[in-house]
Amino acid sequence: MIPEIGHFALILALCVSIIQGVLPLIGAQQGRREWLVLARPATQISFLLLAISFGVLAWCFYVNDFSVLYVAEHSNSQLPTVYRLGAVWGGHEGSLLLWIFLLTGWAFAVAQLSKTLDEFMVARVLGVLGLVATGLLLFVLGTSNPFERLLPAAQDGRSLNPLLQDPGLVFHPPMLYMGYVGFSVAFAFAIASLLSGRLDAAWARWSRPWTTTAWIFLTLGIALGSWWAYYELGWGGWWFWDPVENASFMPWLIGTALIHSLVVTEKRGGFKNWTVLLAIMAFSMSLLGTFLVRSGVLTSVHAFATDPRRGIFILLLLSLVVGSSLFLYALKAPKSTLGGKFSLLSRETLILMGNVFFVVAAGSVLLGTLYPLLIDALNLGKISVGPPYFNAVFVPIMVPVLFLMAVGPWANWKTTDLKTLLKRLWLAAVLAFVAAIAIPSLMGEFTILTALGFLLAFWVIASGVLQIIRQCKVGMPTRSFIGMQLGHMGIAVFVIGVTMVGAYQEEKDVRMAPGDTVTVGGYQIRLMGVGPAQGPNYQAMRGTFELVRNGKVQELMYPEKRNYDSSTMPMTEAAIDAGLTRDIYVSLGEPLEGNAWAVRVYYKPFVDWIWGGCLLMALGGLFAVMDKRYRLRVKK
Amino acid sequence: MKAKFIIPLLLFVVLVGFLAVGLNRDPREVPSPLINKPAPAFKVPQLADPNKSFSPEDLKGQVWILNVWASWCVACREEHPMLVELGKSQVAPLIGLDYKDKRADAMEMLARQGNPYNLSAMDNDGRVGINYGVYGVPETYVIDKAGIIRFKQIGPITKDVLDKSIYPLITQLNKA
Repeated sequence: MIPEIGHFALILALCVSIIQGVLPLIGAQQGRREWLVLARPATQISFLLLAISFGVLAWCFYVNDFSVLYVAEHSNSQLPTVYRLGAVWGGHEGSLLLWIFLLTGWAFAVAQLSKTLDEFMVARVLGVLGLVATGLLLFVLGTSNPFERLLPAAQDGRSLNPLLQDPGLVFHPPMLYMGYVGFSVAFAFAIASLLSGRLDAAWARWSRPWTTTAWIFLTLGIALGSWWAYYELGWGGWWFWDPVENASFMPWLIGTALIHSLVVTEKRGGFKNWTVLLAIMAFSMSLLGTFLVRSGVLTSVHAFATDPRRGIFILLLLSLVVGSSLFLYALKAPKSTLGGKFSLLSRETLILMGNVFFVVAAGSVLLGTLYPLLIDALNLGKISVGPPYFNAVFVPIMVPVLFLMAVGPWANWKTTDLKTLLKRLWLAAVLAFVAAIAIPSLMGEFTILTALGFLLAFWVIASGVLQIIRQCKVGMPTRSFIGMQLGHMGIAVFVIGVTMVGAYQEEKDVRMAPGDTVTVGGYQIRLMGVGPAQGPNYQAMRGTFELVRNGKVQELMYPEKRNYDSSTMPMTEAAIDAGLTRDIYVSLGEPLEGNAWAVRVYYKPFVDWIWGGCLLMALGGLFAVMDKRYRLRVKK
Repeated sequence: MKAKFIIPLLLFVVLVGFLAVGLNRDPREVPSPLINKPAPAFKVPQLADPNKSFSPEDLKGQVWILNVWASWCVACREEHPMLVELGKSQVAPLIGLDYKDKRADAMEMLARQGNPYNLSAMDNDGRVGINYGVYGVPETYVIDKAGIIRFKQIGPITKDVLDKSIYPLITQLNKA
């Protein structure tokens, strides 16, 4: 009975979403007050209904209700409770339910925090979100009902894929989805302003904190996924250019361009058409990502179950949402006015250039991701596109972005003269060159690429530090300013991590018997022994390693090879000794003859800076969102 | 409506066109480079009697079917009824290749589920599998009289594959 309540709540939510999506939009267009005031209550009700539905599904997992097909397929009575919760979004149906739940959550937040906003605008924004929710609810109810019954009920469930039984994976999808779905708000604001014909600075001001918040979640979600892949997959890599990773990265690139473009639109009234287009693109990329992941048109390590009906449905939804928005854009965008004039050398130009690079980067990732599909569709054969393509194309596009990042904040709006810029930046350039030559020399190996990495990272850092010093002399910096600095520093920290790992990591694949020692990065790693260990729902072989430096034992490390009861595939659980300047990474391979094991040992200098950089970026976003001028508006 | 503002829409329409075509393709279905190439030679012990061996040479001059299976493979159990039908039809010898398996487990599975094969060969270390480009079990090959691979099915064979591909192909190859 309880699962049916969840199902029923979903059906009701569909009805309410249709009301939310249709009446306020028409009401706003025709000036019918009594229709447009429906937007807020409808949004609140549909959020409540989705919360019920989602709660019911979580409850079914909690009580092990294996008469629900989705629960039987993704959970198991032996599964620890926290992973049973994670299993709610561990499969297709549940993760779509999460998607919609978060969508209505964002809409609810807009409804609550928009008391000062023009009524027509609110009605339109919520209406657009209602239409998107309607489409997704139709999708779930039509092809992916998570409450489908299994009669007779299964004795026990099939359990969650052991790879997903990890704390990182409990939080990765909700974070990522918060980001994906959050761009729907920026999208809704853009569509609402196109509909009203009021593409102005106020619109940009309103959508800025929402867009930045979504961007924060997306940043954290991607970083969590990357971190999880690093410690859980046992390959020691942190990014694989897998289609599903790319699907989350493309909205991030466009979203990053969008938050910068919004600044220009808010402050200078410029780039309106461009900003609107970016807002549409960011959410389109989210939907496209959903399509790529859920339809199975591409092969990926994230091998999701596929059903052709689902693919067709999402494609239809994608075409409708994006197609109609771009059509509206083509109709309305030509009517918007230009913003303030600016000269060839100005902050506007620099941001625009950065934006173009971001869009080109997203385009090249899209091309690489879809290339196998394009070639197949043209009957030219089957190919796959791997990391060499992405590295060769993506890295060069990011070089000018990093260069511009340090220059932009120094430039004035409207116009700047080159002399002033040079005067402000020469010191940063000198520092960056010193770092670019000194650090690789100290690390013992100098290559042009490594030097370039440090040059750009320290160019950004030095320029940032100089800006902070200058700002503090004038007075207390605003939160927006701190946010921007943190965000840019985050990128620099990230680049340092990537450069260090790329250039100086050591990897050893060795055969080790108890007592054997292997040396990486100045550390000795000694295998003490391998013995059986018992987990809640798995058996493992656990290795004990000593991490020795200068003759002293620093740490004991316990990598595992796990066999989950529900799966035949053995899982590698790497042991990582993490540190600010290096990670030591040990993973067990296959048992060899005798009592020897194949062991993989990595020395990864500064690898944690990669995720540390992402955290800094997200923190920067948080500061920007908390800037006073938004808070005042919210509080009123 | 100014022309340049329609560009995003046009690009998107092209993209959707490609995605729609892509939906009807299976990205996992990679054409085997071994099609129309000689079946790699091997000589491994037979499952039922490890003292005897099996080599593709033994079947030269006949059209035959090689099915890669294992007791640990779930999809193989799904496929099993099709193999039984194929074995009964007697259109061509059906040879099993027991891939990366333990002999006892494999014997037990055949005893429990029925043995559709004329004989099974053991590929314990997966070396034969590497030469045949096996990347998922089950896989099925049709090999002609001259020892050339003519067909490869990745994943379980279905009724459809049996009726539309395997039977007609074997009939045609037998005539040649």
